[in-house]
Amino acid sequence: MVWVNALVQGLLLGGLYALFACGLSLMFGVMRVVNLAHGDLAVLAAYLALPLIAVLHLPVLVAALLVTPAFALIGYGVQRTVIQRSLDVGPLTTLLVMFGLAIVIQNGLLQALSANSRSLDVGTLASASFRVNGQVSVGYLSMLIFAVAIVVLLALQALLSLTAVGRRIRAAADDQEAASIVGTDTRHVFGIAAALAFGTIALAGLAFGMYSSFDPSIGPQRLIFAFEAVVIGGLGSLWGTLAGGMVLGVAQTLGAQVDPSFGVLAGHLVFLAVLAFRPSGLIPARVT
Amino acid sequence: MRVRRGAAGWTGLGAVAVVAALAVLPYVVYANVTNLLIDVFILLVLASMWNLLAGYAGLISVGQQAFVGVGAYTVLFLAQGGVNPFLAIPAAAVVCAAVAVPTSLLVFRLRAEYFAIGTWVVAEVFQLVVVRFASLGGGTGSALPGLAGLDPALRQAFTYWATLVVVVASLLGVYLLLRSRLGLDLTAIRDDEIGARSVGVRTGRAKRVVYLAAAAGCGAGGALLIVSQLNVQPAAIFSVRWSAYMIFATVIGGVGFIEGPIVGVVVFFALQQALADQGAWYLILLGCVAIGMALWVPQGLWGLVSGRFDLRVFPVGYWVHFDPQGAMARVGRLRRLLRGREG
Amino acid sequence: MEVRDLTVRHGQLQALTAVSLRVDAGETLAIIGANGAGKSTLLRTIAGLHAPAAGAILLEGREVTGLAPHRRVAAGIVLVPEGRRMFPSLTVEENLLVGAHRARSGGWGLARVLELFPWMAERRRQLTAQLSGGEQQAVAIGRALMANPRVLLLDEVSLGLAPAVVRRLYDLLPELLRAGVTVLLVEQDVGHALRVADRAQCLLEGRTTLEGRPADLTAAQVEAAYFGLAAHTAAGGEEPWSG
Repeated sequence: MVWVNALVQGLLLGGLYALFACGLSLMFGVMRVVNLAHGDLAVLAAYLALPLIAVLHLPVLVAALLVTPAFALIGYGVQRTVIQRSLDVGPLTTLLVMFGLAIVIQNGLLQALSANSRSLDVGTLASASFRVNGQVSVGYLSMLIFAVAIVVLLALQALLSLTAVGRRIRAAADDQEAASIVGTDTRHVFGIAAALAFGTIALAGLAFGMYSSFDPSIGPQRLIFAFEAVVIGGLGSLWGTLAGGMVLGVAQTLGAQVDPSFGVLAGHLVFLAVLAFRPSGLIPARVT
Repeated sequence: MRVRRGAAGWTGLGAVAVVAALAVLPYVVYANVTNLLIDVFILLVLASMWNLLAGYAGLISVGQQAFVGVGAYTVLFLAQGGVNPFLAIPAAAVVCAAVAVPTSLLVFRLRAEYFAIGTWVVAEVFQLVVVRFASLGGGTGSALPGLAGLDPALRQAFTYWATLVVVVASLLGVYLLLRSRLGLDLTAIRDDEIGARSVGVRTGRAKRVVYLAAAAGCGAGGALLIVSQLNVQPAAIFSVRWSAYMIFATVIGGVGFIEGPIVGVVVFFALQQALADQGAWYLILLGCVAIGMALWVPQGLWGLVSGRFDLRVFPVGYWVHFDPQGAMARVGRLRRLLRGREG
Repeated sequence: MEVRDLTVRHGQLQALTAVSLRVDAGETLAIIGANGAGKSTLLRTIAGLHAPAAGAILLEGREVTGLAPHRRVAAGIVLVPEGRRMFPSLTVEENLLVGAHRARSGGWGLARVLELFPWMAERRRQLTAQLSGGEQQAVAIGRALMANPRVLLLDEVSLGLAPAVVRRLYDLLPELLRAGVTVLLVEQDVGHALRVADRAQCLLEGRTTLEGRPADLTAAQVEAAYFGLAAHTAAGGEEPWSG
């Protein structure tokens, strides 16, 4: 039964990973930008929320409502200035620039703050759980995060499929040049996509901060988890990212059940296996 | 028209002189200068390898620290088995090239844009695997056996010379590689990959060879690191910081030029020495400069200078010389030949 | 609309050299020429996809040379690009609606476009990837019309389509012209082009080689301008172009 518990934890963890990965997926799907700073941005968001929660004693929800839109605005700005410029220079330049950004953020946080591990205090929510039966218990926090992930994914999907802005985003993602000659300001639209992505990064960063601890150097690991979730699930599909996140989560929790230090490695091995045998992922995209 | 390869004559002589001067250095300068030069040369090796990958094969890797780590741990493993660490350095390079073979099979399956993170994942996996071996020191690392009996000054000198040999071998290796047939293939790939493939260039194979060579070079760098530091820690040796150092140095110096990493490494260490007491600020500053260079001066410092003054220290590449007199003479001969046949 | 001395370079290649043209409101100007003559480059530059090395583009006297493509759409210049360029992950209706984003006020809207192409109404929720070439071309034209263009640029609409389909598309043109749209069309198929056009201009290697009303141009003149050969008249004199 303890295995079932691990399975359930893994599935719920998958929600967190999916929330985390959808920003990466969005930026790549729309702008072909691999955001190597993805993990470090999430850590930055957590650090931005920290004083709000620890010093101002704001409830986590309020902190989230403050940090998320702020991050979305930052995302728009970064896209229109730095990322757009790098896209204009060349295809590989964006990778270099985002990597540089990741290192600058990481070391900036390290210099400005201590290397100590921090976490976002959510009071009793962190440990509250309910028992399903003898061996399986489900944490309220995990469920909440999973629910938020589903809501965010649904909202993103709805935005992309049903709204005019979403149409323009998809059009610009399909064919940037054609979109511009039918009147879409593609730079602005890319900015919006980046804003959405950064917003989800902020949410994911806060979720991570509540779920576990964070420190300035944990960004790369988070990036890798997001990337693995996207690749396992298959590129081009938000629901694929959810599936990928859940597979990764389950791999990690089951691996940790075998041996506590084996969890992360187990996730990596599953990723490598998917890469070796099914590189297009579990749920390949509908349209390339 | 004649196609002529750049002449290596005077450059070769100059290079020998420089190397000879560098070789004598331990006798002439203080120990801390020698130490600094060891670090400079090691970074130059790493940066040159990254430059080979990115500038000539178009592969942006942020995971070369995987091979830095494997190189260091290979030396540790062999030293624990009684092998002289200095002799283990070439072995480390070979082992890394061997490890790179199955690794390349995996990472090359990723689409180009995801290749970078793939290499990073590989580095993390290597680290996680290595720390499981208690004999290699587990999570806390281990000291390097086998050099304890050596006089410190002598050890430092040997380390310096080993580093000098490796850096010269690396630069020479890159230079010869680029002047070879493979180098021509790589330039074709860099200019137009699809076009290159359509004329028969085996792009997959070319990239793989470069990936293996870069792995070997980074392995040698890692081996030198453990020899110069006398210990190794997994978190440090497999850290993404090595990629940061390689990338920033090369981007600032100039990607795609052999001279680029040399210039970049000099700038790197100048900044590091200048901001020595400020913790990680030099890295933040370097990062910002590298970002700025990538956005506005993508050819790097060397590219800027060499473009302006048409300089070249390492002659690679081919020049086409249009020779009207010769061409007309050949056309005339051809005409006479054809007329003769018809007549 | 007026184009003055437009010079456009693709890297080291000079695609257009000092090309000028003028089209008045409601007129249809056909640009003809062989492959590589620079016709598409001309339209793309007018639409804003290439920046000219020299020259100017004016719409009703107002210079638009510096405007980004999406702003030119707002000003009234809309391109139907070569190769249709549908958005593969969007449905027919969504393709049309994207075109309406920066629409000027005017008679064209979703209802009217669906009227123009009656078959579209039932298939509006299909992905454009499932349409035939001719149908995609219709959607592309409809998409451009949604923006209520002043000047409609048609780039090689006949490319890759069956002759019957092409004929049907060109039969639509008068309807557009009745609505007062100025049309600048680029075609390799000289016959169709000269049939619908008020005036024609021939390009060769980036330069204008011939201009005039189709009725005034002889077949031999057009051929010579198209291919750049010295004009040879056939024995028996010249006949005016009769399509």
